[in-house]
Formats: sequence, structure tokens, C-alpha cells
Amino acid sequence: MPPNLRIALRFLTARKRSMLMSLAGIVFGVGFFIVTQAQTSGFEDFFIRTILGTNGALRVEYHIQATADPDAPAAAPGTKESSDGDIENPELVAAAVRQFRNVSGVSLILQAGVNLVGSAYASPARVYGVNLDDHLAVTDLARQILRGDLEEYRRTPNGALLGSALATWLHLGTGDTFTIETRGQTRRYRVCAIYETGIHDIDKERVYLHLAEARSLLQQPGAASYIQVALFDPARAPEDARQLQAVISHTVTSWQQREKSWLEVFRVLRLSSAITVSTIILVAGLGMFNTLALLVMEKTKEIAILRSMGYTRNDIAQIFLWQGALVFAAGATFGALFGAGATWAVSRLPIHIRGIFSTDSFVVTWSPWHYGAAVTVAAVVVLFASYLPARRAARLEPGDIVRGTAQ
Amino acid sequence: MHVLRGVSFAAERGRVYAIVGPSGCGKSTLLYQLGLLDQPDDGQVWINGGLMSVADDGRRTAARCRHVGFVFQFHFLLLEFTALENVMLPMRKLARLTPPAMEERALGLLAVVGLGDKARRAAAHLSGGEQQRVAVARALANEPTAILADEPTGNLDARNSGLVFDLLTSLARQNGQTVVLVTHNPEMAARCDDVRPMRDGQFVR
Repeated sequence: MPPNLRIALRFLTARKRSMLMSLAGIVFGVGFFIVTQAQTSGFEDFFIRTILGTNGALRVEYHIQATADPDAPAAAPGTKESSDGDIENPELVAAAVRQFRNVSGVSLILQAGVNLVGSAYASPARVYGVNLDDHLAVTDLARQILRGDLEEYRRTPNGALLGSALATWLHLGTGDTFTIETRGQTRRYRVCAIYETGIHDIDKERVYLHLAEARSLLQQPGAASYIQVALFDPARAPEDARQLQAVISHTVTSWQQREKSWLEVFRVLRLSSAITVSTIILVAGLGMFNTLALLVMEKTKEIAILRSMGYTRNDIAQIFLWQGALVFAAGATFGALFGAGATWAVSRLPIHIRGIFSTDSFVVTWSPWHYGAAVTVAAVVVLFASYLPARRAARLEPGDIVRGTAQ
Repeated sequence: MHVLRGVSFAAERGRVYAIVGPSGCGKSTLLYQLGLLDQPDDGQVWINGGLMSVADDGRRTAARCRHVGFVFQFHFLLLEFTALENVMLPMRKLARLTPPAMEERALGLLAVVGLGDKARRAAAHLSGGEQQRVAVARALANEPTAILADEPTGNLDARNSGLVFDLLTSLARQNGQTVVLVTHNPEMAARCDDVRPMRDGQFVR
């Protein structure tokens, strides 16, 4: 063991109580940092998964036309949107989108507002006409089925998939029938399955029909309101959206752009919790600074004798930095273990959330970045807490101390 | 203000020197200049042929490690360590020996100062006389050229004073080392090879 480390270890263990207090602060600070980051990131990731599994990574909408009016409110300078809001030649556009390397699935969607009438109640709703297999490739619909059978829906031309909140509101179960009234027509459909995305706004209004049936019902043959796109790497969505928009001349919106407000909320939440919890580490660091500063004052004679026997200023500084490093190493290790345990325990806590997503327990994310960030914050605080006393110790003049004139 | 003025002092191996004089006459200041704990504003300090008075802090520290052993009025032991570990501290810094050889030498020195059976006892649990004897063993650890002692028996009773003084002088003579002793004790000074009285920062003889 290097002599400086050996001395540091002895000095450290000589002040067990105050060093243990500092250590406990670092352990709790690191642990709480990890667990709060795991929670906020967990809910954020879960929200993103829900969004991607429901509305896809990209949405291709309006056709963009070149214009001479630079002030026109449009998706890009020098362009404007087509007036009808639907995609022109949707099958061709979808085929072009499929050519992009990062695209893993494409689904044409025709949507419109309708009136939905059950046996006892009626409700406004939105019809979503989709090709089932295409839509399964761009969403988590298969996993979102609460009751019923997708295969039955596939086999039933007038089959429908109802959101759970809408089904509850209308008192409809699988096998029940309802009618849709729109554009002077009334058609009857059968509930083949009930799904729940967890996003209340979707679950209370969305009815999936077969695309051909929806086109017939809405009297829009060959039409699509927009194209939903899934990506192999959703993180690249903004870049892909820009490229797609340039190539296919349609407005393409990434999920990051669509959900900007919520993502910002999560980001602020994560940052504020990190700052709040970092104060625990900061307070522990102040305690440690206090302890080490006192130790320097108490050990001036020992510092002088070490200097007199040939220990350099660097050696003296190292003795105090080692103490910080030892407390940091123990604090980071036990803090990470405590954080991991607390994260696991929190993930078992029941909580009922419905609204922006659906969960019955706390959602956590296990990420090495959380541990890295917590350890980095602790390292910076401990470094400062031990650097200043170490520098003071290194500057002490042994002659002054031995003469008893050290300030 | 000049603390030392016109002081010239040379020490030979194997001899014991006493610097005596009233309090505040500059005895300790001279000792710390010789031991490279202080840097002179003017004048020169040579150790083993090396000019140390103009050397940087690193060279002066290295020279202290290799050439100088200090014994102070207060033992300045590291109380968290055992007697053995205290004696090994300078050796660990110099790193000239292997750890087993360091331990062997430290045990030998503690045996010489009569503490062989208390080598593994915490320094805090030794008596004042024993602590000062450990300090003597520590000063000898790296086989320094010079042992500089500032009132080394000032805090000890007569019996322990004699013991520590005899140890210092006999070991230094045996090993061909120089001992420079600052003392107020005239009996102790009288037993040294050379006595240099000081007054107002100057040698008076």
C-alpha cells in the first residue's frame, strides 16, 4: 500500500463518526439521485413507448406545393400545404416511404368524426380505417387488446375495435353491435375486440375499422388522411422526417415534434429532481469539507513531522485527497447499491395512472447513465471538499509549525 | 530583522555538537536552517557537498529525507500508528529498502532504544519517555548524515533525559553521524564534543 494511502486511511478511521456522517450523506445522495432519475426516466420512456406504440414515430400528412409567396404559412419556406388535408396518391407515397432504410412499417389511415350509437347510449367518436397487418407493424395494438380477438376482427368485414373508455361509456362488450352514423348513412358494426392504449384521449374516441370499409363508409375511395410510419431507430425520427419531407414533398412530423410539450415536461422534471437530490450530496460534501478542514488544523504537527522526514507538499496533499477518494469510493459503491435496491423496491410499488399512459405500478428505467451521473456529481463535490483542505495542508510550512507559529 | 547574523557552523561525522544560549537567541532558527525546514534570506547551507540554501522545495525535501533526522522537544509521533509504523514512515518515503527489510530495520532500531517488546503498541499507549525514544529511532531510520535535535529531552524527567541523550550520542558515534543538539541543559552540553554558545543571533565563541 502506498505510504500516503496508508496514512490517509489511519487519519480517516481516527475520525470515524464525522467521516461516517459524510459517507452516509454521499450514500443517500447517490442513491436518491439514482432512484429519482430511474423514476422520471422510467415514466418518460414509458410515455415514449406508449406514444410510439400508438401513433408511430412519423406522421406523413399534407402535400406540399411550391409557391411564390414567401409569407405563406407553410411547413417550410417557399411552400404551402394543399387545401383538402388528405394525401394525394397515398399508396404511391407509402411505397416511396417504405424505401427509406430506417422505416420498419407503414400504415395508411383514413380518419373522420362520426356519431356512434350503442344499444342505450350514443357518443361522438372518430373512425380510423386501417389495414390490420400494416397497422400492427407500426403500433403495439396487438399488445393493447384487453378483450376479444384480433383474428375475429380480421375475418369480420364489419368488425370494429373499440377503445376501452368508449366501450365502457357506451356499455359495449365484445360481440355486441353498434351503429355508426355519418354523411347520411347508418351502418352496423360488431365489437370484435376492445383495446386500451393508456392514453385516455385515444381510448375514449377511437374506433378502428377495416380501411376498405372506412373508405366506403366515408365515401372516400382510395383516400388516406395520413400515413403512420414506424422506424427501426425512433431516436432518428427528426432527421428522417426532414429527409422524407424533402423527398416526398409531404409534411412529415416526428414524434419528438408532436409530443414536444410532454417531452419538455419530463425533461424539466428529470432535471429538477437531479438538482434537488444533488443538494443532499452537496450538504454531505460541505460536511466532509468541514471534517477535513478540522483534520488539517488538528494534524498540523503531524504534517510538519511528515514534511521534516521528507514527505513532499504533494504527498501531504495526496494524504488528504486520498481521504476524499476513500469516502467517495465507499459512498459511490454503497450509494449505487442503495440506489439499485431502492429502484427495485420503487418499481414494486402500486400506483394507478391513466391519462397520458396506463400503468398499475411505478415505472423505472435501469440505465448505467443514472449511475454515472450520480457518481460524477459525487466525485465533483468530494473533489472540491477535499481539494481545499489538501491545498491548505500542502502549503503549511513545517518550520513555522514546529516553532509553534503556524497560522 | 536579522535573527542570525554572521553565523558559520560546520559539523563533522561522528561528532556531537551542542548549541546553547538564552531563549530567542536564534538556536532553533539555526537548527531549522541546517535541517532545511527554513530557507535563509542570505548565506549558504551545504549538506554532503550539495548547496541546499538555493535549492527548490523538492530538492530540499528530498535532502531532508536522505540526509537529515529530526528529534524535537515534542515527539510528534503519529498517534494512530504503532511504534513500529512510526519508525517505518521515513523508510517508506525513501523506499530504499523492501517492506520486509524496512520492518526488520525498524524492529532493530526499536530494540536498540529499548522498545523491542513494544514495537507493535500504538504510539498513543506509550509513556512520554518511550514516545521520545521512538522519535529517536525514527530519526535514525534512513541512516541520515545529520541528526538535528531541538531540546530533545525538554519534556522528559532526568532518567529519561539521560537515556535519550545517551542513545542519540552513542548511536551517532557508532554510525559516524553528526548530532547537532540545541539545549538549555548545561550538563548535557558539557558531555558533547563541541559546545557553541549563541547570543543575539551570533556565536559568541
